[in-house]
Amino acid sequence: MKAVTLKNIVKTYDEGKVLAVDDISLEIDKGELFGLIGPDGAGKTSIFRILTTLLLADKGTASVDGFDVVKDYVSIRERIGYMPGKFSLYQDLTVKENLHFFATLFDTTIQENYELIKDIYDQIKPFNNRRAGKLSGGMKQKLALCCALIHKPEVLFLDEPTTGVDAVSRREFWEMLKRLKQQGITILVSTPYMDEAILCERIALIQHGRLMSVDTPQNIIAAYPVKLYAVKADNLYTLLSDLRKSEQVESSFAFGEYLHVTLTSGDISNASELKKHIAAQGHTNIEVEEMAPTIEDSFIRLTNENQNRNPLHKFNNR
Amino acid sequence: MEEKVIICNNLSKKFGDFVAVDKISFDVKKGEIFGFLGANGAGKTTAMRMLCGLSYPTSGEASVAGFNVYRQQQLIKRNIGYMSQKFSLYEDLTVLENIRFYGGVYGVPSQIIKSRSNDLVEKLGLQQEAKKKTGALPLGWKQKLAFSVAIFHQPKIVFLDEPTGGVDPVTRRQFWEMIYEAAASGITIFVTTHYMDEAEYCNRITIMVDGRIEALDTPQQLKAQFGANSIDDVFYQLARGAKRSES
Repeated sequence: MKAVTLKNIVKTYDEGKVLAVDDISLEIDKGELFGLIGPDGAGKTSIFRILTTLLLADKGTASVDGFDVVKDYVSIRERIGYMPGKFSLYQDLTVKENLHFFATLFDTTIQENYELIKDIYDQIKPFNNRRAGKLSGGMKQKLALCCALIHKPEVLFLDEPTTGVDAVSRREFWEMLKRLKQQGITILVSTPYMDEAILCERIALIQHGRLMSVDTPQNIIAAYPVKLYAVKADNLYTLLSDLRKSEQVESSFAFGEYLHVTLTSGDISNASELKKHIAAQGHTNIEVEEMAPTIEDSFIRLTNENQNRNPLHKFNNR
Repeated sequence: MEEKVIICNNLSKKFGDFVAVDKISFDVKKGEIFGFLGANGAGKTTAMRMLCGLSYPTSGEASVAGFNVYRQQQLIKRNIGYMSQKFSLYEDLTVLENIRFYGGVYGVPSQIIKSRSNDLVEKLGLQQEAKKKTGALPLGWKQKLAFSVAIFHQPKIVFLDEPTGGVDPVTRRQFWEMIYEAAASGITIFVTTHYMDEAEYCNRITIMVDGRIEALDTPQQLKAQFGANSIDDVFYQLARGAKRSES
């Protein structure tokens, strides 16, 4: 049995004018750490809310832990933990009161599943008597995770748990997720940070309500169809516009210190030829190296391919 | 000598006993893209508020666009631009109304507002949307428009507070290309971000930990200095030891 299934799910808002989820089908295995990767407005939260039985889809069916999201919503609610993107605990209750409250709601106690939350709870325990509203961002996030775990859910839904969180807390958070996975909990996590994709077992790249690719991060990277070059020279901005003008260049994007460049099937076929081509444009201190793509390269490529196939979506991404 | 747009010397800010910003010193050159990084609660926002003329320092010296942060706050505000992810544009105003409003606030003459806003709408490819409410635009367009509005009055320096949160990767790149273009035209860019890969777009970066500047150099030098492959690793090494965390 799959932990989560979605079959042809469609969700629109505003009397059908806004298409948030566009015919999505997906299966997630038990015990899997699965990532939904995409920017704001891609449809991630709608999918979470449909699976957590908080929102009805227009079309399609979905199940969680074997239960139908419409018929069996009560059973699903008993079996899942949900951490929404927006902090949703009681700000006026203390850390301990929040945790106790959620345990009681699910007819359990803090002690019963203490082992599961111990690692995380230990870090916020010194603030047991502080009101949740007065906690820092990182601590709020930890408390919310404890509350979502207190009834030992089968499936954990984490909607953008690391958005706005600094790089150190983000790393710690992913360490926590790995440990939870070892306990057998299925985790569905969404994030706009492409670099976090690599930390999931499988991912779905989502844009404009559609899944562009579903696979392991390694396979998605390996499926990148052309050679990719990292290019750098003294004046990066001029280099970028020169490359864009060149007929030999298919795409060129700034990635921090380097530009990531792909070529058309023209005369240039390796790094040293590309370097000569750039040198001929008058650039200095040129570095060109073939490189392994990142998830973000794949995401950009898939976005552009989808746009060419479906010009209606161009509006959203100019 | 290169023109310095920000000069900051032992700048501090205390709230009671709490030292939010602890004697930070740095210079930013004209046309430079300067990245300002730090964990949540490191003091970035407090430092930025002082540099924008929104809050008085407790001690130390600083000048922004040639004006003193204690005595010339109004002049600072007139000579800088500011954009944040959280609030930038009025959603209920149209694209053109937003441009005109901000141009007017910054005292740009109305004739210039007119011609410049038409140029801007064309440059952004927003002709079809110019008279639509800004709230209806996709997030990526809003961000690009917000940046353009923040530099509409051609300030010496623009402060960007996490400008790219949540936008898709293609738009994020287009956004950085706009930043490069602005920097090439002589506008100094002061930017905070949680995307560590974005730090590598900057000419120089600082990393703040517990109110102090713990690192300041080019991304390449910092990676070499810390024996790290990425700025993410440099950041992790430095910020891991932080005692404060607040958001």
